Amino acid sequence: MPEFEPVLLARINKPQSAALETYRADGGYEALRKAVAMSPGDVTELVKSAGLRGRGGAGFPTGVKWTFLPKDHPGPIYLCVNADESEPGTFNNRILMEFDPHQLLEGIAIACHAIRSPTAYLYLRYEYGRSYRVLETAIQECYAAGILGENFMGTGRRLDVHLHRGAGAYICGEETGLIESLEGKRAWPRIKPPFPAIEGLFRKPTIVNNVETLCCVTHIVARGAEWFKSVGIAPDPQNPRDAGSYGPKLYTVAGHVNEPGCFELPMGVTARELIDVHAKGVWKGRKAKAVVPGGISMGFLSADELDTPLDFNGPGKRGCLGLGTAAVVVVDDQTSMVDVLYNCCRFFSHESCGQCTPCREGTLWMTKILERIRTGHGRLEDLDLLLEVAGSMGIIPGTTICGLSDGAAWPVKNAIHKFRPEFEEYIRTGRTSRDPVAYAH
Amino acid sequence: MSVLSEGVRERIRALFPKYPNKRAVTLPALHIVHDELRQVSTEAIREIADLLDLHPAEVHDTMSFYNFFKDEKHPLGKHRVWVCRSIACALRGGEELLAHACDKLGVHPGETTRDGRVTLEFAECLGACEGAPCVLVNDECHMNISHEGFDELARKL
Ligand SMILES: Cc1cc2nc3c(=O)[nH]c(=O)nc-3n(C[C@H](O)[C@H](O)[C@H](O)COP(=O)(O)O)c2cc1C
Ligand code: SF4
Ligand code: FES
Repeated sequence: MPEFEPVLLARINKPQSAALETYRADGGYEALRKAVAMSPGDVTELVKSAGLRGRGGAGFPTGVKWTFLPKDHPGPIYLCVNADESEPGTFNNRILMEFDPHQLLEGIAIACHAIRSPTAYLYLRYEYGRSYRVLETAIQECYAAGILGENFMGTGRRLDVHLHRGAGAYICGEETGLIESLEGKRAWPRIKPPFPAIEGLFRKPTIVNNVETLCCVTHIVARGAEWFKSVGIAPDPQNPRDAGSYGPKLYTVAGHVNEPGCFELPMGVTARELIDVHAKGVWKGRKAKAVVPGGISMGFLSADELDTPLDFNGPGKRGCLGLGTAAVVVVDDQTSMVDVLYNCCRFFSHESCGQCTPCREGTLWMTKILERIRTGHGRLEDLDLLLEVAGSMGIIPGTTICGLSDGAAWPVKNAIHKFRPEFEEYIRTGRTSRDPVAYAH
Repeated sequence: MSVLSEGVRERIRALFPKYPNKRAVTLPALHIVHDELRQVSTEAIREIADLLDLHPAEVHDTMSFYNFFKDEKHPLGKHRVWVCRSIACALRGGEELLAHACDKLGVHPGETTRDGRVTLEFAECLGACEGAPCVLVNDECHMNISHEGFDELARKL
């Protein structure tokens, strides 16, 4: 194996990494030049053949998604760039935007050419103020340089990229919640089908892609599909439906480690390598008790599951929901899983958009049951009650509109299945946990 | 008397060409008004609706979905400080930091100091977990904040 060389993060530590001038000096916008000389269909085909799968959480093959757009549509077709990044533990999109905005803008322009979209909206979570200002400057540079605007890249066509700031709601990351929010409404996810590719933003065909996905597009055009496929994990020959886990991936590691950070590695690195080698081990000389493999929606790996490769298939084989955002959060052996799970449940209860009853009520009651356990009034039956509530909410059981609910249920299922003795011990001995914060009601 | 100045109206109108309809300007308009007036009052909602050719109930519906925007009963202070309470921060003292911030400022999360200087909020994951625990001041993130570090930040506001 040749030494892995980062590409997505290759420029972030350079001086003035966000400036157009330095980006160009490093060969920037040559991929876009190459792409606009190709037909849109050929660019789509290239991305498809590279096997790129979406980095936003669902892992859907990007090129395939682009082919779902209706042929010969009179337009406009829209691109929505999903920069709502709010899954707890996740911060790789922020690093890409703050330190290398042109890499993203190049990917956006290439995607717009491929899907024949004249307009991209970049939906940015409000809290990313620095990203907002960096992107605003970068976009202005692009207009001034003819990379965007009328006659972009000398194509004779117009291309606009607009920044649109969110207002602090996790659900705006769900692609149809994002679309509703952009349209000026409450971010209530839509029932699918129709999928956005058929009827999306402003009722027009729309592609929603994650920031990291679009950054990968830039490099696929620059280096070719074969390069992309030389990194990562090939499809499982036993599984005809596996599309593989190709390409470099940004893993973020946070929580109880010595050096939290964002690491670019070939898809399929193990949780153990990430923690021990890249994040320099569990802090205070302790051991990991539980590890979130890809944002809290994906659930937990236990300490004996850390050799799981974090590709699209690995976490699922250990009962987790999936790879998610590849955001690893490490919990040490001195921390109570009751407290960790309470924190997760409280998040989802706060962020449920409320339109589906099983999700709105389920997330609330799971939080309340855990609250009761934490005040020392838990009953052993509460654990099965939690599992029952968790098992009844989500797209998987078919009771809700979007996947927030599945993500809310998963940490509950994994925590109770994998750490049941600890929960039982906590309840049996009447342990309690104090919330340090007093909330006004 | 209108509550939206001509300047604010101009900034809102300048966004129209970015979108195929005016309704899509709702969120950006709410941000502009909220930043400027530190609240979105019922009258402001009416005036935004008027600018966007919407019913005030439509603007109110959108605004009230996002807990982000404050109405006239709960105006924002001069600065807004958010302390993250989600998992990566909580594992590294985020909730203790939030409790400290409450003590220091003498408010509960969601409240504004009596002098109107700071509104304190809890945040869910700020997307800066490598710097846990972290604090957002207005929209600038500060990482690895100790209790003393918080006092220092608060002093500068
Ligand atoms: C509750 C929920 C929150 C989501 N949040 C995000 C997000 O913040 N960023 C993101 O890119 N995708 C998020 N997604 C996934 C999107 O719905 C969508 O699959 C993705 O943006 C598609 O882009 P990709 O194919 O490039 O990954 C979320 C999904 C759900 C169900
Ligand atoms: S599952 Fe939950 S978050 Fe998703 S649409 Fe239903 S209520 Fe909203
Ligand atoms: S959990 Fe606090 S920034 Fe992510």
